[in-house]
Amino acid sequence: MNPDPPVQAPSVAAGVRGIGLEIVISELLRWGVIASTSLIVVGMAVTFLRHPDYFQSTEALQRLTSPDRAPHSLEDVLTGLRDVRGTAIEMVGLLSLIALPVARVAFSLVVFATRKDRRFVWLSGMVLGLLTLSFLLGRAE
Amino acid sequence: MTPALFSLTVFGFSLFAGTVGSLLGIGGGLLIVPFLTLALGVDIRYAIGASIVSVIATSSGAAAGYVRERLTNIRVAMFLEVATTAGAITGAFTAALVGGKWLFLLFGTIIAYSAVSMLLKMLPRAKPMRGMPPDRLSDVLGLHGSYYDEAEGGEVSYKVTRAPLGFALMYCAGVSSGLLGIGSGALKVPALDLGMRLPIKVSTATSNFMIGVTAAASAGVYFARGDIDPFVAAPVAAGVVMGAFFGSKLLKHIRASVIRVMFVAVLLWISWQMFSKGLA
Repeated sequence: MNPDPPVQAPSVAAGVRGIGLEIVISELLRWGVIASTSLIVVGMAVTFLRHPDYFQSTEALQRLTSPDRAPHSLEDVLTGLRDVRGTAIEMVGLLSLIALPVARVAFSLVVFATRKDRRFVWLSGMVLGLLTLSFLLGRAE
Repeated sequence: MTPALFSLTVFGFSLFAGTVGSLLGIGGGLLIVPFLTLALGVDIRYAIGASIVSVIATSSGAAAGYVRERLTNIRVAMFLEVATTAGAITGAFTAALVGGKWLFLLFGTIIAYSAVSMLLKMLPRAKPMRGMPPDRLSDVLGLHGSYYDEAEGGEVSYKVTRAPLGFALMYCAGVSSGLLGIGSGALKVPALDLGMRLPIKVSTATSNFMIGVTAAASAGVYFARGDIDPFVAAPVAAGVVMGAFFGSKLLKHIRASVIRVMFVAVLLWISWQMFSKGLA
């Protein structure tokens, strides 16, 4: 979301590390945030268009913020999407935000692999593994 | 309160938190969780779930700029992310085990610590000590780097040291992030800057870069557990992203040091409120 940085002298280190990685990661993050936020805003609009009572009813809030009603799984989200539920669209936006750093790590892994940087392939692989584990462990709970 | 008014209030506050957060270089999480729990009475689990997503959003948005400017040391980040993600998973699980009372107390402590470290940042910085201890791990992993410093008008090379210490500290930062749904930049930056001796600008950019991945690890746990309620998290994420964008535009026109002092007082007050809630 930062404004474009000023044009700079080419970095010596960048020549060694490769220029591509930085630019691609930067673009991925920038557009990822814009796209996910747009989805979230669309989801909010759909929610309120479909539920005019949300503008009057005070008891609806109780229901909406009460424990154990949030979608727990990708299946819940997909079912909600089929019914064009606003909260499901919001959830896709929120999940794609969560997926952004994961995509960044996966992309770095590929770049390290093409550079035959084996130690860093291992390190990125471990981070990716831990991220996957976080989803699986949370589900198993 | 109707759901519409609730969404609007949450969005409005998140817009404010995102703006102030990006002006002061702190995440929105420190403000979002207290506001949702203390002012709106949202369950702390949902507050943390909403906050962690907004932390990913601000981190990714800011990282896009820093990475392009090549301030971020991607290798150091990747190495330390093994520790922060492991810590985040530990933290997110511990959060389910400890009661809300302890979360409030811990949160109060972290806010107070952040307030004090913000104050210390304003003091003149001590000269970097000479004679850095050599570090084999940093050499083997090729963590040393360089960046283009505008003030110096040229490329500045730096060496990284004490990688194992940094790794241990990052695990702790990850735990605090997973436990409380915050970015824990206040713990990460000193670990990079004072611990591993990265230049301060590189430390800030690299910390920010790691915060996204750390938060994604805890967000995975929170989502699978059903603690990310879109009704709460959506207005928070949208507000914080837009606020952070405003903040980055404003940053050129105002002096952050003026609001920083005021803000330290606000943080200390919030910290006290969280403590009282925890002790009640």
